Amino acid sequence: MVKMNFSVIGNEFPSLLLQGLALGLIYALVSLGYTMVYGVLRLINFANSEVFMIGTFATLYLQTKVLGYTNASPTIHGAELWWTLALSLVASMLVSAVVAVLVELVAYRRLRAKGANRLASLISAIGVSIVLLEGMGIVTGSRPQSAPRLLEKWSFVEIGGANFRIDTLMAIVIPIVIFIVLNRFVTRTRLGKSIRAVSMSEENSQLMGININKVITLTFVIGGLTTGAASFLFMTVYENTKFNVGFNMGIAAFTAAVLGGIGNLKGAFYGGIALGLMEQFASAVIGSEWKAVTVFVVLVVVLLFKPNGLFGEAVQQTRT
Amino acid sequence: MNTLKNFNLRDKGAEIWAGWNRPNRTIFVFFVIFMVGLLPFASTFGPTSFLNTPIASYIDVLVFPVGMFVLMALGLNIVVGKSGLLDLGYVAFFAIGAYSQAILSTMFGWNTWTVLPIGIGLAMVSGVILGLPALRLRGDYLAIITLGFGEIVRIIALNIEVTGGPNGIPGIPNPPSFLGIKFDLENPRNFFYIVVAMILLTIWMIRRFTIRRPGRAWEAIRQDEDVAALMGVNTLVYKLWSFVIGAAVGGAAGVIYASKVMVISPDMFKFELSILILACVVFGGIGNIWGVIVGGALLAYIPERIRFLTEARQLVFGLVLIIMMNLRPDGLLPRKKREKITEKGSK
Repeated sequence: MVKMNFSVIGNEFPSLLLQGLALGLIYALVSLGYTMVYGVLRLINFANSEVFMIGTFATLYLQTKVLGYTNASPTIHGAELWWTLALSLVASMLVSAVVAVLVELVAYRRLRAKGANRLASLISAIGVSIVLLEGMGIVTGSRPQSAPRLLEKWSFVEIGGANFRIDTLMAIVIPIVIFIVLNRFVTRTRLGKSIRAVSMSEENSQLMGININKVITLTFVIGGLTTGAASFLFMTVYENTKFNVGFNMGIAAFTAAVLGGIGNLKGAFYGGIALGLMEQFASAVIGSEWKAVTVFVVLVVVLLFKPNGLFGEAVQQTRT
Repeated sequence: MNTLKNFNLRDKGAEIWAGWNRPNRTIFVFFVIFMVGLLPFASTFGPTSFLNTPIASYIDVLVFPVGMFVLMALGLNIVVGKSGLLDLGYVAFFAIGAYSQAILSTMFGWNTWTVLPIGIGLAMVSGVILGLPALRLRGDYLAIITLGFGEIVRIIALNIEVTGGPNGIPGIPNPPSFLGIKFDLENPRNFFYIVVAMILLTIWMIRRFTIRRPGRAWEAIRQDEDVAALMGVNTLVYKLWSFVIGAAVGGAAGVIYASKVMVISPDMFKFELSILILACVVFGGIGNIWGVIVGGALLAYIPERIRFLTEARQLVFGLVLIIMMNLRPDGLLPRKKREKITEKGSK
């Protein structure tokens, strides 16, 4: 029934590690989207998975419809390549940020003004999520669409039999850079500090003259930007997308955020990495059909010992 | 306009209800039950073709999804509405009930009525197994654990042999006839009456619990768990109770569902179904039995009725959710004002 195959770890350790890191850091970017919004609103932004999905289509359509590459196009090199990739990254991030702001406007703002309970916001976010999902399903069709392979995936170094490819490197470096920038933004700048103030106490920060609505929009923008970057990396590494691609990504990223301690930037980052590694190793050892089960069992065990996640504050009262 | 905005059908109803004496109330309740009982016979009173949905007749839709959704929404309401625990994996209990019926009836030839208590029991046991670790957590941590549990149950059903893997289990027998009432494809009405009976039983159970100790404990936990614990409420035990009772209703629904549709597969127990049931509860009015019933019936019926829209069907459904939640954040029939104010206060 369930066969464990531990010898795989020994043979393929370096490649599992690299793939796990790349996948985990993509998860980390999406879970930053969940955690930013959660920190301020104390709500699971259910529509974030669709923000991710639309981000992947932004990269796809920029490359195929705007720049005119097709699946038959040869790989490109030099300045043309880097410009295309940079443009795709920016397009994904911007489109995702715009969608995230729209989600906030449609799903959350009115309800917040009315002082509705959190489940009402949850359901309206689910409604937005369904509309985006099905709308994209109608527009793009139900078949998976593959992106043109513009980046020749050369491997520049070989580690213990595993090829360290350029796309893996991108998926590892870009999230780390984004995380460092975001961390500095949140801890050093005025706007970042206002986000933290609102997440500590909405009422007190309002008394201090912080415009709550502005801050909330800002968190959605940041969440959208990081999620959009994840979409671009996802398209670069896995090269295909579908209208329902966000579902699994959303669940995984949310799990990662909870694993690390939701509402906490560091938690989302390390939670994502932990989840990516866990999924890769569990798939190799027990088989990919059991990876979700493994992940959730680990999550339950972690939460039993650290009820606020790996990086959640020890005495934090998660009032809901 | 303002009076319309503040109009609360639930409060109005409660006012009228309070003005009645006992015989009046009894007559009213029996009248409502009688009218519900007449629903499958609507065709004898006039043309009902407009009620039919493109792929199923009106009577079939009454059993699944309408009746089943109402039943499950009532069960989930005990967890979400009464004690305020966010459960995103309610479908797991439904699946456990359905698979108990499927496995026990096809392998051992047990009939639905013997399996029913076993299915309920298994759902309750799994509720305890999940609840004991999960209910120590709060809010969204609980949500993700229950979500994970729902997925685990589905993945296990998908990957082990006894559940038939992705193909599921075909050939589940219908319930044997009971007091001469037949339950088969030719008599979908009788299934409807089983579901109605179970709904009535659930409502009765919820009402009993609500006015007694568990109900008061749930209310206290929902409003402020720390205060409830300080006042001497054993929060873990009562949370577990609400969880397990909710699970029992889900399991019972699963057993009946499996013996109605005769073939089940893991596809039927996806995360989307948990979300849909939760949407029924919130859409109708969290914590209010009437609201939940109306929400369950509407959200079950609308997607079936608008099947002719084919691709745009779910899109329209999503729009309905957004618009409704924005217009009436407390649901169609919100719970009593008294409870609502305190709920906001505890934010």
